[in-house]
Amino acid sequence: MTALAALEGMDRLTSGEALVAQNVAFAIMAITMVVAALRMVTTRNVVHAALYLVVVLAGVAGQFLLLGAEFVGVTQVMVYIGAIVVLFLFGIMLTKGSFGEDDGVSSEKRLMAGLVGLLVFGVMAAALVDSFEDAEVAREAPSTTAEVSDSIFSTYIVPFEAVSVLLLAALIGAIVVARKD
Amino acid sequence: MLLNQFLLLSAVLFSIGVYGVLARRNGVLVLMSIELILNAVNINLVAFGAFRATVGGEVFALFIIAVAAAEVGVGLAMVLLMYRNRRSIDLTAIDQLRG
Amino acid sequence: MSAVTTLAGMGDRAVLAADPLLRGDIDLGIVGIVVLKVVVAFALLLVSVMLMIWFERKLVADMHNRIGPAVAGPFGILQTLADGIKLFFKEDLIPDRSDRAVFKLAPYLSLVPAFLVFAIVPIGGDFSGDGTVTWFGERTYLQVADPPVGVLFFLALSSIAVYGVMLAGWSSGSKYPLLGSVRASAQMISYEAALGLAIATVFLTSGSLSTHDIVATQVEGNWNVLATGVVPFLVFLVAGTAELNRPPFDLVEAEQELVGGFHTEYSSLRFALFFLAEFMNVITMSAIAVTLFLGGPSGPILTDTLGWVWPILWFSVKVFAFLFGFVWLRATLPRFRYDQLMDLGWKVLIPLSLGWFLLIAAMRVADAEGWPVAPVVVVGLAGMTLGAVLLSGAVAKARAERLADLDATEGVDA
Repeated sequence: MTALAALEGMDRLTSGEALVAQNVAFAIMAITMVVAALRMVTTRNVVHAALYLVVVLAGVAGQFLLLGAEFVGVTQVMVYIGAIVVLFLFGIMLTKGSFGEDDGVSSEKRLMAGLVGLLVFGVMAAALVDSFEDAEVAREAPSTTAEVSDSIFSTYIVPFEAVSVLLLAALIGAIVVARKD
Repeated sequence: MLLNQFLLLSAVLFSIGVYGVLARRNGVLVLMSIELILNAVNINLVAFGAFRATVGGEVFALFIIAVAAAEVGVGLAMVLLMYRNRRSIDLTAIDQLRG
Repeated sequence: MSAVTTLAGMGDRAVLAADPLLRGDIDLGIVGIVVLKVVVAFALLLVSVMLMIWFERKLVADMHNRIGPAVAGPFGILQTLADGIKLFFKEDLIPDRSDRAVFKLAPYLSLVPAFLVFAIVPIGGDFSGDGTVTWFGERTYLQVADPPVGVLFFLALSSIAVYGVMLAGWSSGSKYPLLGSVRASAQMISYEAALGLAIATVFLTSGSLSTHDIVATQVEGNWNVLATGVVPFLVFLVAGTAELNRPPFDLVEAEQELVGGFHTEYSSLRFALFFLAEFMNVITMSAIAVTLFLGGPSGPILTDTLGWVWPILWFSVKVFAFLFGFVWLRATLPRFRYDQLMDLGWKVLIPLSLGWFLLIAAMRVADAEGWPVAPVVVVGLAGMTLGAVLLSGAVAKARAERLADLDATEGVDA
């Protein structure tokens, strides 16, 4: 966090060096995330896949910090890394015995899936580059937790209530589905 | 920072997630790939929020995190049920409903 | 507070780097102070862990009418150092059936969060003013970092700490560690909810997530332990003890059942890292409890010269009280059974802290709207009691049905 604090201190200068630091941080995190994501979908060990997923999620949290969304970044770590992936690991340990077993993938299926993935990326990349050529992220100041919560409990109160009901329904549904009897 | 660097990163992650959903047969791994896709969307939302200088993007990212938690809860319960009934979580093996 | 006026001058931008040290231009001297703070915090934590291990062994021995470590150094105070050196030179074993990469990674995953949490704890600073000290002509907070999401950072790190335990047990490729780690992670996740809800009441009364601001609202003896009505503090203590896997919640390493729990297969330096992380977590949890509920380093400053020593002294005294309490629990209480542990977490602590959180929130609303407080409290408590009755009724009914089922199918006489 100290390095981060120093970084934040620097971006107040709004000079070139702060931007360089931010871009270097972005590049390091982005490369790590992409490599980890690729390893995740290709590794044969399910527990390793879960760990690679943790790396990607941590990278996403880092990108949120870079974009000035601190609260979302910390929530990402708490909910995704602290709860969701732990749940995955529980699932793996409960269904696969002591070791995550291999998951064979047929090669023609891999090929087709790879082609679809490349196609999706190509279409999106072309569209993005075409529409937002040199648009800059122009954040004046990082958003505070208070701003986010004010927004949730005023403008977005209806979706918030809907999400609460959804969570309750999912809670009950998960128990009903997973019960033994 | 360019807006596009975040959007392209998210596009890469999204495509990798699509590949994972299509190529893997293990139920847990497919759920993980869906998480990857949802996270790519989250990066998009927060980046656009920063671009337009509103907190709306962050709020929706939070909603997506909550929805993802619900989705994983139910999804894993289903995988567990499938394991209990069939001793396997290979998704290609569930084809009784095929005509 | 004078900090507020300077903050206002800096505009919104200063919100992130609230430490006055980082407010102006960053030069080499300021980087030096930051590095110094990091090194001091690190060294302080390591030394206090060493003393804590010795203190725990000595005190437990006293309570058991034994002598305890007595050979290495005066009163055996260097015992931990001797143990560390011994572990350092032991053979480093990696089991054949282990997952080598994960096996090596796991100890660091439990050590690093333990270190990082300490970074957000204010260990000194004159909180009758703006909570700063002046070192080398620069004003600074006596904490390594003060992120605006402070306490959430603590919760996030404590959820990462689960990974060390879980992966250590899984990667060992052996039954007892796996059972120990599944127990441990289930326990830690269950109690994290109660811990978070107890901390949420502190957010309500202090109105901030930053540890520095939370301490700043507790000066003049207005401690959160009273402001939140004691119950969240007790919930925090119980949930914190469970989160640390300390007795009476140490089912993770119940020797009689699981050999040594998740670190059965670990030896040498890697075992030492787990051991270190465990005791470091005890110290950081005590420090967080002091920060959130007992006013952190705030206290009277009795002398003018060397005034910055007093807050550090108060902080140390408060933390020490907690450490003594943890050791005392270990020496006196028997271990819980696993179903009792889960019952306590899910059926008592979480509903209680959730109800209390709603009560405090209702009181805040009553305060803001100008309603009389007494009826609100009465209605709130009545609601909580009703909820408790309904919950325990539902639990009792489910239990009765389960026993009746068991009786019908297995012929077990309930």
